Amino acid sequence: METINLEDLFEAKLAKNEMIEPKDWMPENYRKHLIRQISQHAHSEIVGMLPEGNWITRAPSLRAKLILLAKVQDEGGHGLYLYTAAESLGITREEMLDALLTGKAKYSSIFNYPTLSWADVGAIGWLVDGAAIMNQVMLQRSSYGPYSRAMVRICKEESFHQRQGYEIMTQLSFGTSEQKEMAQDALNRWWYPTLMMFGPPDVESPNSENAIKWRIKRETNDQLRQRFINQTAIQVEYLGLVAPDKNLKWNEKKQGYDYSDPDWNEFKSVIKGNGICNKDRLLSRNNSHKNGEWVREAAIAYGKKQEQESKAA
Amino acid sequence: MNKDSQGELWEVFVQKKSGQPFVHCGNLHAYDKEMALQNARDLYTRRGEGMSLWIVLSSSIVASSPEDAGSFFEPSNDKIYRHPTFYQIPDGIGHM
Repeated sequence: METINLEDLFEAKLAKNEMIEPKDWMPENYRKHLIRQISQHAHSEIVGMLPEGNWITRAPSLRAKLILLAKVQDEGGHGLYLYTAAESLGITREEMLDALLTGKAKYSSIFNYPTLSWADVGAIGWLVDGAAIMNQVMLQRSSYGPYSRAMVRICKEESFHQRQGYEIMTQLSFGTSEQKEMAQDALNRWWYPTLMMFGPPDVESPNSENAIKWRIKRETNDQLRQRFINQTAIQVEYLGLVAPDKNLKWNEKKQGYDYSDPDWNEFKSVIKGNGICNKDRLLSRNNSHKNGEWVREAAIAYGKKQEQESKAA
Repeated sequence: MNKDSQGELWEVFVQKKSGQPFVHCGNLHAYDKEMALQNARDLYTRRGEGMSLWIVLSSSIVASSPEDAGSFFEPSNDKIYRHPTFYQIPDGIGHM
């Protein structure tokens, strides 16, 4: 009898651009890589609610407040889509939450920076969500079915996030001189941390090679970073603001902007837990998990009661 | 069920418009049917994606496995007589 090599079958599927589904055989490292990437992505959505949540009660108008609430609610939903996508690979929700709450799991370094002014909410929507969308548009074609489908949904919902951010930046940049200053200050602080979101340079990115080989990612960190800068530079100019990078210039030869690298030592240090808000974010998550305990207990008890009643009926 | 795993896993199907099929759109955690419905509404229909929801416990779904696709689905390929284009229809008999 002819034996089929499962690994060959897996490779053949990838080569044909077919999706890998939860019940398909997959190499253990592919599974591990996905669990790590998707759960980190989910954690980032959940922790990402905190910097913006900080401004919900202080939004400058009812309109701004409604929009911000809707956006933060979206981020929570995105976290849930991603957690279930990761669960389809065999990890439990509890294990993932535990890793987040104990500080074992990573999430995007960007959310360890503080939101000091209303302009930061604008800068986050415009730059941070802009960078996230650039990454997620690529991930829509990721080789793992549940991840790819979650990304399609997320991208559809997230297109408003970036626009609302840019709207805030426009209002401030064309407002009073103090407002414009606020916008410039936010741009100064968020520019480099946003560039870090694409991950370390390709030459020192430990996970990139496999991610590209397995078509989990379709483009490298540096390619995405360059595309983001090309898109964003024009938007900075429109606002009449200046990016905090003297080297940011159009390069006709490479048909893209030259730019300065962010401080990668800072990046490593924030990832290690030494960012301005790391402790605060973890504490917030832990508190809200603890404070929600009675709700979970009540829900379990209610669920059991319902089950018994439906059996008795 | 794990205490912190936030309930059982449920699959969500949305019907976009009356008369159309229910399409799978994702899954969620909930402790009971009612909560599953409410969570599905919050999670999957924030932008008018549909008008009706079906929620099913994931553990209740019976699925074929991908490895069996051959023995399961391939036999239909040699039954071309199942398609209308297999048959010759005389001219002049109107629409059929």
